[in-house]
Amino acid sequence: MYTFRRMLKASTLAAFSAAVLVSTAQEQVKLGQAITEVSLAKFDLIAEPSGTGFPAGSGTAQQGRTIFENRCAACHGSKGEGNSDATVLVGGNMQSAATPLRTVGSYWPYASTVFDFIRRAMPANAPKSLTDEETYQVAAYVLYLNGLVAEDEIMNAQTLPQVRMPNAEGFIDQSHIQ
Amino acid sequence: MTKSSKGQNIELDLDRVAANGLLSRRHLLSAALGGAGLAMARPVIGQEPGINLEIPAWSKTPGPGTSPYGNRSAHAQLERQSGFGNPLYPGGGASRSPLQHLQGTITPNSLHFERHHAGIPAIDPAGHKLVIHGLVHQPLVFDYEDLLKYQMVSKIYFLECSGNSGALLYGGNPDGTAQSLHGLVSCAEWTGIPLSALLEEAGLLPEARWIAAVGADAASMGRSIPLDKAMDDSLLALFQNGEPVRPEQGYPMRLFNPGWEGNTSVKWLTQIKVTRNPLQFRDETSKYTDTLPDRTSLQFTFPMDVKSLITSPSGQMRVTQGDIYRVTGIAWSGAGSIRRVEVSADGGQTWGDALIESQQLDKALVRFSIPWKWNGAPAVLQSRATDSAGNVQPTRDAVIAAKGTINRYHNPCIQSWGVNTAGEVTNVYV
Repeated sequence: MYTFRRMLKASTLAAFSAAVLVSTAQEQVKLGQAITEVSLAKFDLIAEPSGTGFPAGSGTAQQGRTIFENRCAACHGSKGEGNSDATVLVGGNMQSAATPLRTVGSYWPYASTVFDFIRRAMPANAPKSLTDEETYQVAAYVLYLNGLVAEDEIMNAQTLPQVRMPNAEGFIDQSHIQ
Repeated sequence: MTKSSKGQNIELDLDRVAANGLLSRRHLLSAALGGAGLAMARPVIGQEPGINLEIPAWSKTPGPGTSPYGNRSAHAQLERQSGFGNPLYPGGGASRSPLQHLQGTITPNSLHFERHHAGIPAIDPAGHKLVIHGLVHQPLVFDYEDLLKYQMVSKIYFLECSGNSGALLYGGNPDGTAQSLHGLVSCAEWTGIPLSALLEEAGLLPEARWIAAVGADAASMGRSIPLDKAMDDSLLALFQNGEPVRPEQGYPMRLFNPGWEGNTSVKWLTQIKVTRNPLQFRDETSKYTDTLPDRTSLQFTFPMDVKSLITSPSGQMRVTQGDIYRVTGIAWSGAGSIRRVEVSADGGQTWGDALIESQQLDKALVRFSIPWKWNGAPAVLQSRATDSAGNVQPTRDAVIAAKGTINRYHNPCIQSWGVNTAGEVTNVYV
């Protein structure tokens, strides 16, 4: 049913020194079942900044207004004004003298994240209940409320990741520190 | 042990290591040998009037027998403390470990801190899948039962939310406890499969640099992790302190990135996509990023800094003049092991070395202690940890000077517990 794999690589063992004596005496199994990327079409929700992973479909802010008011406004307000710092979507200025309000418009560096997050996690009380078409429409509306796209601008796999975010250059990558 | 009878002054026999009452740890060790408790200034020779020991009632009646699942004493009902939550956002929130009531270094599973972004999913492991795909030779899917057949390793690691202690940065919660201010840190033995083994089974393509880890919760919470970490010491954790990982910790499986901010250890792990670049998820852009005074923001701040905390005496406790206390706490570092913990009773002017009571494991909590006699004058208790990389825990002023007060994440600052003349212990800023 399954094949045994060779011993763990030395580099792997070095990271788990406590396991060296056990692992060298035994062999690691190899039980993953082969799949194809196609089989993940309904499973993989990752929409990347490069545009990879965006589904077919499109939408405009005009189309998204009603969905937003019905499905999103209870927490986010009909204009994205929110009911708390955690739910406000619009406004803010990173250069303000006081503590800046950090929103999609003022803070988020990538437009792709707007689509990705709505598709995987929103609405919070019924995540993944929007169709891809509706997700494009709501994402377009959130970008429109922030003045980043026009009301009739078509958002799709090509156009949405290209929307320029005001704070795109505002982040310093620390990932080299591990 | 001081051989004084009741009423005698034992001050002359106390060996001081720093100002304002910090004593040599021999005062604790000798007390332990002598069987005495906290207050060593009490007499050990002679008889307290009114103490006449008798056989207690519970020694005269047989108790209940075994039980299928153990429970705690009715007299030791420790609890997590739930924090924020938006009623319109079901399941989002956090709960904090009761640090001031715990000892040793291992957090019981029921008391391990929680942070959920859309509640705890009710996962049947028979229906749960772990997918590895993206920049690999062969995309794979793993079943839970099959994963249980892999060679595993067991390691004791702390886990800390990067939002832990964030309230101190803006001066909030002046009356907080160790739990309410710092309870988003816990420590457990995690057992699981080195993630490197599963990634190698799929076969990495040369251009692979990151992985995206996604959970099976309602938020499908995702984080991007550099491949170097994933191939170093990341675990697919299946067990916590010997039992299957609990639902609130990611049952049936979670990612565990030792020493890194807790949010990267994605719970309910169901998808790993190997990629060239980070994916820029909501929780690594909008959240968990540190905005500096110049309004740029640090992103992908992964290792948690060297840190320590006195858990007793701590906020909302009360001390009694003249008593000797076992000042105790915990220390940890995402950069290695803890080498040294110092304690001050005068707000950081003088320091004494604490005893490290536990093993000093890599990326795990240690327990420290030092005896302290409260003389009735105002005091400020602090602890300061140094790790194996030579990093020294900074003061609150130093953290704020470096990162300002907009940021709420990654605060390792020294905690100051003020003691007023009434003996009340509160969070203070010095």
